[in-house]
Amino acid sequence: MNAVLEVRDAAVRYALARGRTIAAVDGVTLSLAEGEIVGLVGESGCGKSSLGRAILGLVRLASGQVFWKGRRIDSLPRREFRALRGEMQLVFQDPHACFDPRMTLAESIAEPLRALAAGLEESARTVRVESALDEVGLDREVGARYPHQASGGQLQRAGIARALIVAPQFMVCDEPVSALDVSVQGQIVNLLARVRRERGLACLFISHNLAVVARLAERILVMYRGRIVEAAAREAIVRAPRHPYTRLLLDSVPDPHPQAARKLLAAVRESPAPLADAGADGCPFASRCPWVLARCRTSAPLLRPVADQQLVACHRAEEWPKGLTPAAT
Amino acid sequence: MTLGLGREALDALRRDRTAVVCLLVLGLLVLATLAGPALLDYREDEIDWSHMAAPPFEAPGHWLGTDRLGRDLLVRTLHGLRISLAIALAATLVSLVIGVAWGALAGFRRGRTDAWMMRFVDVLYSLPQVFFVIILTVVFGRGPFTILVAIGAFGWLTMARIVRGQALALRDREFIDAAIVGGASTARILARHVVPNLLGPVIVYATLTLPQVILVESFLSFLGIGIQEPLASLGNLVADGAAELETAPWMLAVPAACLMLVVFCFNFLGDSLRDALDPRDR
Amino acid sequence: MSALLEIRALTVDFLAPRVVRAVDGVDLALGPRERLAIVGESGSGKTQLLLACTGLLAANGRAMGSVRFEGRELLGPGDAAAPARGSGIGFVFQDAGGSLTPHRRIGDQLVEVAMAARGMPKRHACDESLAMLGRVRLPDPGSTMNAYPHELSGGMRQRAAIALALAARPRLLFADEPTSALDVTVQAEVMALLDALCRDLGMALLLVTHDLGVVAALAGRIAVMYAGRIVEEGDTDELLANPAHPYTAGLLASVPSLSALDDGELATIPGAPPRAGETIQGCRFEPRCPRRRERCRVEGPRLEAGGTSLVACHYPLDAGRSP
Repeated sequence: MNAVLEVRDAAVRYALARGRTIAAVDGVTLSLAEGEIVGLVGESGCGKSSLGRAILGLVRLASGQVFWKGRRIDSLPRREFRALRGEMQLVFQDPHACFDPRMTLAESIAEPLRALAAGLEESARTVRVESALDEVGLDREVGARYPHQASGGQLQRAGIARALIVAPQFMVCDEPVSALDVSVQGQIVNLLARVRRERGLACLFISHNLAVVARLAERILVMYRGRIVEAAAREAIVRAPRHPYTRLLLDSVPDPHPQAARKLLAAVRESPAPLADAGADGCPFASRCPWVLARCRTSAPLLRPVADQQLVACHRAEEWPKGLTPAAT
Repeated sequence: MTLGLGREALDALRRDRTAVVCLLVLGLLVLATLAGPALLDYREDEIDWSHMAAPPFEAPGHWLGTDRLGRDLLVRTLHGLRISLAIALAATLVSLVIGVAWGALAGFRRGRTDAWMMRFVDVLYSLPQVFFVIILTVVFGRGPFTILVAIGAFGWLTMARIVRGQALALRDREFIDAAIVGGASTARILARHVVPNLLGPVIVYATLTLPQVILVESFLSFLGIGIQEPLASLGNLVADGAAELETAPWMLAVPAACLMLVVFCFNFLGDSLRDALDPRDR
Repeated sequence: MSALLEIRALTVDFLAPRVVRAVDGVDLALGPRERLAIVGESGSGKTQLLLACTGLLAANGRAMGSVRFEGRELLGPGDAAAPARGSGIGFVFQDAGGSLTPHRRIGDQLVEVAMAARGMPKRHACDESLAMLGRVRLPDPGSTMNAYPHELSGGMRQRAAIALALAARPRLLFADEPTSALDVTVQAEVMALLDALCRDLGMALLLVTHDLGVVAALAGRIAVMYAGRIVEEGDTDELLANPAHPYTAGLLASVPSLSALDDGELATIPGAPPRAGETIQGCRFEPRCPRRRERCRVEGPRLEAGGTSLVACHYPLDAGRSP
């Protein structure tokens, strides 16, 4: 497989008070082939955003390596990394916050061109900005607006236009629809899917919403507390998950069908919230796991292949070859 | 680039009546300092032997009276205002340029750069300004240039602190990350994203610094350390007037009133600007 | 059954910088122990509706019409709703941290409310508060009493906020997007908690949310709001199974589900909700509606009985047919 992006054993740490550190990303390995889209799913605090930002050099790795087209990039000095910016881009979560309030949308979209293609003439630049606006379905008139005058959906489209204008080969989408209305989310997801298809972009799609990720990505990685706990093809994750956390995520997706919703309510275990430093050596999910064994608290399971293309970090993964069944049934 | 938001601020300002009045008053004063002396009969160093220490409205041609040496008070006051304003503007400009550059870089870079840069500011802050001014005066002699250097050397410190705080907060905003991902260099980010977004507080602070500088300069001149003859700033005029308070009170009243008016207008304008530039809910 | 909460012709305007109408003539009624969910997206006015009922509108907001709680009018000069707040009506906010004072211990906040609203002596109030923290399933009520809000996780803070809202034993609980800021795994737990609490304490629930999944689990009746008006209202099961208004149908279809895993496009409603303050003639949903016709552009539909629910649409969907 010609992997265009490779992450090996990456770790990102943040300093807390009194000299302690917390590992936001704790030993993650993944790879992306050219044109492939991989989904990264997890809840708040699991480190998925930190991982995305670390890949793009916005945050330093505490350990591990990142390779882009075979070249190591995580320890590159700022100036050298800048040369790569044209190849890898990022779509941000909060469309209102990721635009300079003092610049129009069109000006913001043009910025990467000014920075990376400085020799471009103004007229050529304008042409490219206009075609970027067209590609994401925005009028010229919207391009002339300031961020506070545009809706969330329009801003997110502009964000995508800005990321695409330099013709990158890889894009990280960090929760691109979480801040949008439900009826508008689909528009952006569809846009991303189309754009990716047309340009053959490799894409890391990060979200806490498994249903959205399952639409776009063929391969899904599930993250919990800084570690990948399951990695498999879309079908396997949704129909036959082998990690208890994946099962929990699937069960928690809100379902607008009353019978299913009420059954879920009845089945939800009132488990207490996990304690922060529970069992440093054991499985991070042990305190919430309905299938926990004594062994789980003392030794952390490694991510290992248990089936064709399915990696799971659970001691009991082999016990359910057909995957874990939903709690409500 | 800032036009769109500048327009909203201007609209807000226009609605604030006191601010408009202050702006008009200041405008008139500036006009008066530039054009006034040409329109009046007397020059500022011209001695009118027949009307020495004349009260206002009494001597012909001397609207606000004369001082002990028979020099027209109105013209002298206008000239004094011109000098005070010029020095204040120059000093504020210097503070602005140095302060913004220093603070923006420190706040944006954080870490050790920030620590060292701001430590330098702290050290300078702890020096007693008057002392320093006296030393400068001894070295460079008295005069507008010395005053400018003395005030400028301290004026940028507070500006740097304010700007650094703003830059620190800005650094965390997502559009800065977006600029980094878009390939912008630090210089580019500072120039195109950080500084324009700081301008609000900077302009407000500059408008509030101006009157402070005028007061400091006036004080120094009053003490005899600042401007000296034949130039006379408002401070000098106030000093002269204070000496004659019992016999010719108008000599103090006129320049003092002028000083107060200018300071008040700038302060009020600064307050209104701050409100006008406040980002609002849309 | 006399209504616990009766809202008639409620209209909310914001006066500055321009006049903007956030809520436009809403009628709603809620009986004791009933659960009603108001569903809408940004610009629907659902949050302003809630704030108007409890006298918590911003200073430039003006509420008109009538809101009666247990017969007493809440919209009045001054802060007419104040007596109802806390004792009759409890409020749970989206941002759990919002209702908890950051610099006071949680126990202190609960005790203060219990003493003020129910006139208890302090010792009794402390016991009650401890019991309430246990009721909201916090793992260690004792230490939570002594904790500050920032020491708890998001989910735990939301539980504490619910405990605070219940400390005065309200008859009606207002919840504004109570689970939106939480992780999806915690959402399910908090939903189950609200469900159990309303049942056990005999409270009515007025829930405002954009999340149809939350609605399906918790509410007996739904009112769908769009651009300041109610466009459909009815029994939850019925409405979700057979939506009559095209917006409701579109909203339901937009929720990504795990059952269909194809690569096809996600269903979506084209366009975006109108921005607050845009004056529109005719039906407000018309620009985005797949069923629109000439009449829709000119004449605004009224909320009328259609099938088993109330619908504001000239061409509502028939039961059993897809749009």
